[in-house]
Amino acid sequence: MSILETRNLTAFYGDFQALYGIDFRLEEGETVAVIGSNGAGKSTFLRTLTGLNAAASDSVVLAGQPIGGLPAHRIVGLGLALVPEGRRLFPSLTVEENLLVGAYSGRKGPWSLERLYKLFPILAERRHNPGTALSGGQQQMVAIGRALMSNPQVLLCDELSLGLAPIVIRDIYAALPGIKAEGCSVVVVEQDVSQAMNVADRLYCFQEGRVSLEGRPDDLTREQISLAYFGV
Amino acid sequence: MGEWINTILQGLLLGGLYSLFATGLALSFGIMRMINIAHGDFAILAAFAAIAVVEPLGLDPFVVLLLIVPLMAGFGYVLQRIILNRTLGQDILPPLLVTFGMSIIIQNLLLVAFSADTRSLSVGELGIASVPLGGDVAVGVFPLIVMAVAVAVLGGLQWLFSATPLGRAFRAASDDREVAQLMGIDNRHIYGVAMAIAMGIVAIAGVFLAIRANINPTEGPARLLYAFEAVIIGGLGSLWGTLAGGVILGVAQTIGGKLDPGWGILAGHLAFLAVLVVKPNGLFPRTRER
Ligand SMILES: Nc1ncnc2c1ncn2[C@@H]1O[C@H](COP(=O)(O)OP(=O)(O)OP(=O)(O)O)[C@@H](O)[C@H]1O
Ligand SMILES: [Mg+2]
Repeated sequence: MSILETRNLTAFYGDFQALYGIDFRLEEGETVAVIGSNGAGKSTFLRTLTGLNAAASDSVVLAGQPIGGLPAHRIVGLGLALVPEGRRLFPSLTVEENLLVGAYSGRKGPWSLERLYKLFPILAERRHNPGTALSGGQQQMVAIGRALMSNPQVLLCDELSLGLAPIVIRDIYAALPGIKAEGCSVVVVEQDVSQAMNVADRLYCFQEGRVSLEGRPDDLTREQISLAYFGV
Repeated sequence: MGEWINTILQGLLLGGLYSLFATGLALSFGIMRMINIAHGDFAILAAFAAIAVVEPLGLDPFVVLLLIVPLMAGFGYVLQRIILNRTLGQDILPPLLVTFGMSIIIQNLLLVAFSADTRSLSVGELGIASVPLGGDVAVGVFPLIVMAVAVAVLGGLQWLFSATPLGRAFRAASDDREVAQLMGIDNRHIYGVAMAIAMGIVAIAGVFLAIRANINPTEGPARLLYAFEAVIIGGLGSLWGTLAGGVILGVAQTIGGKLDPGWGILAGHLAFLAVLVVKPNGLFPRTRER
């Protein structure tokens, strides 16, 4: 059974349709990448999964349970956590408080402050700093940590590499195996295709709100990907 | 000389009362980004509710607080959940209009129920008791109690905000409503709790006001104005700033009133303007990234 599945998922902003019938699945223990150009609907997809955008009840299924249309604050308690695009730390909270507020839903699991500080030792040093006083890469670690504190079954990451130097991106992605070892399945949204190909077991390419390509990185050719990515 | 010291002390302590009025306003602005025009009227409502209980039952006003505060807090929660949450959004106008309407409704209901006569609550001897501080300087016991309660309330809120999961949730929801939901925070509930706290505190303020002075059903808006000034002087979003704002307002009013009985209120407004000129963001503005 898939840990996360969507069936004919649609999303709207007012009259504007951003997603058209997305069929998607994530198997337990898998890392799946979603790629696509600007405005393809990647962020909208993750927002709809987490309840920030409306969805039909049975169009999103988490561990066999339909969660479409549930309010966002309920969904996180069921084990679906989002690292939002642009990190969006709480500016008036310290690093540690940002992490602690991530545990607000009270969901039990392997993650704790101690465990996180082991994963990202630099955060322990900066724990009393305002989250927004950190470097971009460190902020991204806080955003990941904050999501992990809800002990998710599925971690959704929206453009982890956005605005970060290559060496920092490498550090961030180096944390993925440790996260997965705690029983977390992962969806990464990336514009950086080669980064996505490196970490993903499978990938989906979105184009104008539709899935234009799906498969294992090794099975896909450059031409296929660039056609699916750019359209032309 | 002693007379002037007395005047300033009175003003300082009056700041405690103003701070109690201002705290709830600062809370609902800080957390919900909402300006509650009916804030002063809720205080007066609580005071009249206390009067309605104290007079027939002969209860002590302090005992009645134990009843009125939870009642008003519960009312605040329900009001936020049922009405005010629906007015929140990008536009700041709907909450202003709705609470303005509430302000008028409350005043009229109170006029119908209690007539336009002024009323007050009596705490007997305590109302006039004072502590001599040497020479001809003395401070009233009741104003001291009010100040102590104001400081305790602010201290309690500071602890709540800095050291509890609920306080973190308040701050997170105030920073970013959307991401707060991703943490499992139900904003509608959090806002309800914040309004409950604001209402509980303003209920204390209203009852204390009725002990200190005569009140009438239509003076809510005037109370709102002082609360506003205290919040702005202190700096939006700063809890202890409301106490500083209240004290500045109180001292200005008592000094003005001592120079000429008609000048008290005016002096308060002038002090407010003076602070605005020197520090447009108030004395202790909370700096924000966004
Ligand atoms: N709040 C909004 N209101 C209206 N339209 C929106 C809103 N957010 C996104 N859109 C539109 O929905 C479409 C998909 O946007 P989305 O942000 O999901 O794309 P994306 O793939 O994440 O792009 P990027 O790589 O730039 O992050 C775009 O056409 C965008 O203009
Ligand atoms: Mg995006």
